[in-house]
Amino acid sequence: MSYKQRILTIALTLTAGAVLLLIFAYYTFERPTVKWVQWGYRGTGMVHIVNTRTIDSAAVKALNAVPEPEDKIGPSGQKAVDAYQNVQVLKDIDSNELLRQMTAWAKWVAPEQGCSYCHKDGANFAEDALYTKVVARRMIQMTRHLNADWKQHVAVNGVGVTCYTCHRGNPVPKNVWYTPVPPRSSLALLGNKAGQNRRSPEVGLTSLPYDPFTPFLEGDQQIRVNGPTALPTTNRQSLKQAEWTYALMMAISKGLGVNCTYCHNMQNFQAWSASTPQRVTAWYGIRMVRDINNNYINPLTPLYANVPGRKGPAGDLPKANCATCHQGAYRPLYGASMLKDYPSLAGPSPEKAVVKTQ
Amino acid sequence: MAEYQNIFTQVQVKGPAHTGVPLYRDQYGRTGKPFFVYLLGLIGDAQIGPIFLGLTGVASFICGFIAIEIIGLNMAASVDWSPVQFVKQLPWLALEPPSPANGLHIPPLNEGGWWLAAGMFLTLAILLWWARTYLRARQLGLGTHIPWAFASAIWLYLVCGFIRPICMGTWGEAVPFGIFPHLDWTAAFSLRYGNLYYNPFHMLSIAFLYGSTLLFAMHGATILAVSRYGGEREIEQTTDRGTALERAGLFWRWTMGFNASMESIHRWAWWFAVLCTLTGGIGILLTGTVVDNWYLWAVKHGIAPTYPEVLPVVLDPATLTGAPK
Repeated sequence: MSYKQRILTIALTLTAGAVLLLIFAYYTFERPTVKWVQWGYRGTGMVHIVNTRTIDSAAVKALNAVPEPEDKIGPSGQKAVDAYQNVQVLKDIDSNELLRQMTAWAKWVAPEQGCSYCHKDGANFAEDALYTKVVARRMIQMTRHLNADWKQHVAVNGVGVTCYTCHRGNPVPKNVWYTPVPPRSSLALLGNKAGQNRRSPEVGLTSLPYDPFTPFLEGDQQIRVNGPTALPTTNRQSLKQAEWTYALMMAISKGLGVNCTYCHNMQNFQAWSASTPQRVTAWYGIRMVRDINNNYINPLTPLYANVPGRKGPAGDLPKANCATCHQGAYRPLYGASMLKDYPSLAGPSPEKAVVKTQ
Repeated sequence: MAEYQNIFTQVQVKGPAHTGVPLYRDQYGRTGKPFFVYLLGLIGDAQIGPIFLGLTGVASFICGFIAIEIIGLNMAASVDWSPVQFVKQLPWLALEPPSPANGLHIPPLNEGGWWLAAGMFLTLAILLWWARTYLRARQLGLGTHIPWAFASAIWLYLVCGFIRPICMGTWGEAVPFGIFPHLDWTAAFSLRYGNLYYNPFHMLSIAFLYGSTLLFAMHGATILAVSRYGGEREIEQTTDRGTALERAGLFWRWTMGFNASMESIHRWAWWFAVLCTLTGGIGILLTGTVVDNWYLWAVKHGIAPTYPEVLPVVLDPATLTGAPK
């Protein structure tokens, strides 16, 4: 091999290597600038990291922009229940306030369809002609229930939630989840995924179990896998259960745009004494989402019997997880409170009666 | 004289291919007509082949092939036999061990049975390859250092996939066959058992791992640095005064007061490498079997530090009265 050929061979090999590295970097690396906030004692790695390019982007800003509050209307002096027919929630508020609130709902939930999304065009607006109206009523009860009874999660800083926290102008909120059906291969002779081992955006592009929601946010499977003693005594949690818990934590991390250290000290994930106050908020949040899914969303399923395009592959309704409200922000809307402008949604805890679904 | 100050080996011997030392009792010959590859010559010997196949080699290859086939076909089936998805998702795909509820029973094929079969064939392939390294070493009249070093790595492999799952009473504790899935398993292992960094055998293993890289760098750098005096001919120079290797020894004696000898540096390297997987395997074997939570174990033995509280102290909400389930 001549000298020139050798140089050429080496150059080609190095170029090929460099191209591969560049491709790897393009799909793996993040463009700066990354900023960080120290979050715990020094040396513990408890650092909150944000990419300013991401959070300052137009898309993220638009997503988290708070709509202007509706103008206040002078009170009519009449209760909503007296002014209108078939008022089952928010009965005692002023009828003009209900009108103002309904204008806001239309903008928050169905900006394109407007009033007719819930109130059938040409029919009596008081009638429950459309399933959406019954669903909306239940969701109002839910919002008031969340603000009144889940203060440990939604009102840690007095913020509270409104319909907009999840809906953001979409009739069905973004970032919902459906119960997955096992792929064909899992029931065949070969290729069982065992609920994991695919490229799963739900759990941060890991190969961890891709549906940590059904067991933990609908069911109440045990999340904690660490034992209370140094030596084996009572803890029967398996390594695979640890993967499911890990998957749930990844989903929370993605949903909130935070790292593990937002809640945990990596030295030991289980100890509450080493954890941040945010972990307590998250603990209540997990229970709150279970409450939402089991008591407010799933019971509405019969209403959707003849509604196409809403149900998942297993015939279930779109359900909530952390990302449904948080949408990538550590606090939904980065902590802006809309509830203060719509006090009627703050509760008190409404009548627990379940809405008629037939 | 050839120039050595380069990242690549500058000297490539060109001549009739070397067919190996004479065979003695061996009934099998070496296979294949040797040829030269320039690019490989930059990082090693340019001559490829002849290769010795042998009974253990062929048997190992067949077992390994079966294992890879079982794993690969399961992965392909899990993406519905789509070649595009197979390539795109390959790092995420895996053959998963049986569920923990299965215990140590032989499960149905698609519920971990394939994993058990693949594991058996892979283990057979590895053990046969070990036998091959042992027999080849004896055949060439070498010591058996290479097979025993390999055995140390096999020990860690067997602990992770065979010995520890049996001790725990379930195949569900074993490692999946997959690129990312086995890494997720590793992370979940540490999470489940309370932070593996507090496992003293894990500490030892890390020390030997990093120590190995340090020793390798020191030794490699030393030999390359004295190669301008012919230092890569380590063996001939070992016993003579005034050689490149005496300079190398002198460098370290001047730098840190002590130097390994030309023989002992290789013992250092061998033991560090072997102890890395040996101690690692012990650490894995103790996890879950005799220690359930390494963090609490480290607290008990005064290893884990406590940090000052800089954030508001919080309590486990599950312990409060009236807390939701």
